Amino acid sequence: MQASRQIEIWFFIGALLFLYGVLILGAGIYHLVYPPLQHTALYELHSDIWWGALLLVLGLFYTMRYWPWRRRMPPEG
Amino acid sequence: MDNLGETIPVHIPEFARGTTMTFGNPAESGSGRLLFMTPLDLIIILIYIVVVLGIGFYLKKYTRTGDEFFMAGRKITAWVAGLSFISANLSSLETMGWSAMAYQYGMLGAHAYLIGAIPAILFLAVVMMPFYYISKTHSVPGYLRLRYGEASRSLAGISFSFMTVLVCGVNMFAMAKVMQLLLGWNFDVCIWVSSLTVAVYVALGGLLSAVFNEVLQFFLIWLGTLLIPILGMIEAGGWNQMIASINAQHPGQNFTSLWGNLGSAADNPMGMHWTGMVFGLGIAVSFGYWCTDFLQVQRVMAAKSLRAAQNGTVIGAVLKMLVPIIVTIPGLLGLAVLTQKEGIVLVPESVAQTAGGHSYNEVLPLMMARYFGPGLLGLGVTAMIAGFMSGMAGNVSAFSTVWTYDVYRPLIRRNATDAHYVSMGRWSSIFGVFIAILTAYAAKFFSNILVYLQVLVMFFIIPLFGVVILGMLWKRATAAGGFWGFLAGILTSIGEFVYVHLFPGYFDAAHLNPDHVKSIALSPLAQDMAVNMYSAFWSLLVSVGVAVLVSLFTHPKTHEELKDLVYGLTKIPDEGPTPWFKHPTFWAGMVFCALIAVNIIFW
Repeated sequence: MQASRQIEIWFFIGALLFLYGVLILGAGIYHLVYPPLQHTALYELHSDIWWGALLLVLGLFYTMRYWPWRRRMPPEG
Repeated sequence: MDNLGETIPVHIPEFARGTTMTFGNPAESGSGRLLFMTPLDLIIILIYIVVVLGIGFYLKKYTRTGDEFFMAGRKITAWVAGLSFISANLSSLETMGWSAMAYQYGMLGAHAYLIGAIPAILFLAVVMMPFYYISKTHSVPGYLRLRYGEASRSLAGISFSFMTVLVCGVNMFAMAKVMQLLLGWNFDVCIWVSSLTVAVYVALGGLLSAVFNEVLQFFLIWLGTLLIPILGMIEAGGWNQMIASINAQHPGQNFTSLWGNLGSAADNPMGMHWTGMVFGLGIAVSFGYWCTDFLQVQRVMAAKSLRAAQNGTVIGAVLKMLVPIIVTIPGLLGLAVLTQKEGIVLVPESVAQTAGGHSYNEVLPLMMARYFGPGLLGLGVTAMIAGFMSGMAGNVSAFSTVWTYDVYRPLIRRNATDAHYVSMGRWSSIFGVFIAILTAYAAKFFSNILVYLQVLVMFFIIPLFGVVILGMLWKRATAAGGFWGFLAGILTSIGEFVYVHLFPGYFDAAHLNPDHVKSIALSPLAQDMAVNMYSAFWSLLVSVGVAVLVSLFTHPKTHEELKDLVYGLTKIPDEGPTPWFKHPTFWAGMVFCALIAVNIIFW
């Protein structure tokens, strides 16, 4: 019996970071459009937007680079 | 109702066993709950818990044999080994505790990431790893059996098993207490959710699952915390402005020096002379923890090759040296920013409890609350939870291995099938978590036991290093020498602990007797941390001394029996031609040079 190929840890990391990136970037854009009543320090930098974007890009890179279901070898013959 | 204001131990094993971190009653201190979460933050935390459990369920099918369950199939790459090696140590109480230390003492606390870790990790990579790896043992106690025999292995196996579950319980208690005080969460829910999550994923996937989650946790801890020093530096106006601000607020005090105020115990608030830092921390505590604590060593022993194990350990050293960025700098920024911009001055816990205000220990959560809005706060809290859980999982997976291979198999059931031992490994993970839960509740109701648990690791790990390193480097060391050296070291550690807390007519584990401290730590001014450093060094000397003495009067093993266990009788396997820039020794040298440079820059 041939064991199935194990999904690499980097894929899980990528998927989680991507999901977090989407949520945090989304929250950042929402707060840009509808500013909250109480601001955190350095709110004007909108760190949630660029940090969320960073997580999204990093997550996307790892997810695609270690996507487990690609490069399936075609059956012989 | 909880015992408010009780002591929470900081999980800083390599440096400050014995230091305590206390959280006062927020209501009394007037601080209230520090962090307020939104539904988005809770979703982010929930996603994390679902993912770690999912990884455990997914990996179960890859952990059917003993080697797969206990050693992750010995197929871990260097990067994964290195990340896991450091992540298992990167507890949230460490990040919070050392940020508080930086606020209180400046850069002195960064020694834990420099002389208190790097030389030992590099020594493990270059000198000790070949012996661990080539002997193909499952654990550090397993190496003791090969080198010294069954008695030493049993002593190490039983003491390590006992120690790991208790430390896991302390971590669990601390996490629940911190979450309760920072977020207002229910203590019991925190204990049960965190412990069941860890129990499930370790019992299902063994070391492989623990390693996977530790790598994931490493990324979360960094990405959830790194924004604090970045935004803090922007707000403070850069490094030089930050230092200028600290100096202006604290004239005459040196917050940015690593060595400048260690000339005398009276010159620094730790009451530490530089000899304590070098010999106690740099040699005894650091080498004991990083080279023989199986919780750490197990991760790199599971690497796919000796070279991967060595390179993974060196990678771990680099990552360790970077941790002050997310730990020390936020503490220093707290000094500069919180006071300058908000007029907040953090105070000792005892003052916060009686007079109100925020304590040193709250510096990291305060900085988090200052900069993180919805979403980012969820990520920051997830980083804290991940930090707690990585420490707990590390202890549980190490306990499961040592219990099964070094206690259950030799002492209870010798000749069972591999499947039986895997099953025992899974059940012992759950059993270990159950004992840890009991420990956490014991700590909740009897806070005094925390004082003992904090120093527990030092009692065993330091003497263990003494006999292991002697066994690796000296052919003449005998089985009797190893056993009696180890035992004498343990008894010395316990004796020193009792002695410094002994007062005329009574014993008080919470306070030091300056008259007795003077003879252990060379100064009556020495505080907990300084006493621990010197105590560790003396117990190391005793364990090595007794092991040498007894060995000289007993019969050593033959060279044939010591093959692949001792320096001079171990042939390093040829792993093919390696260019110089890929050799672990080269990178270990580079990291050591970087360590020297950092120490000179911040002298």
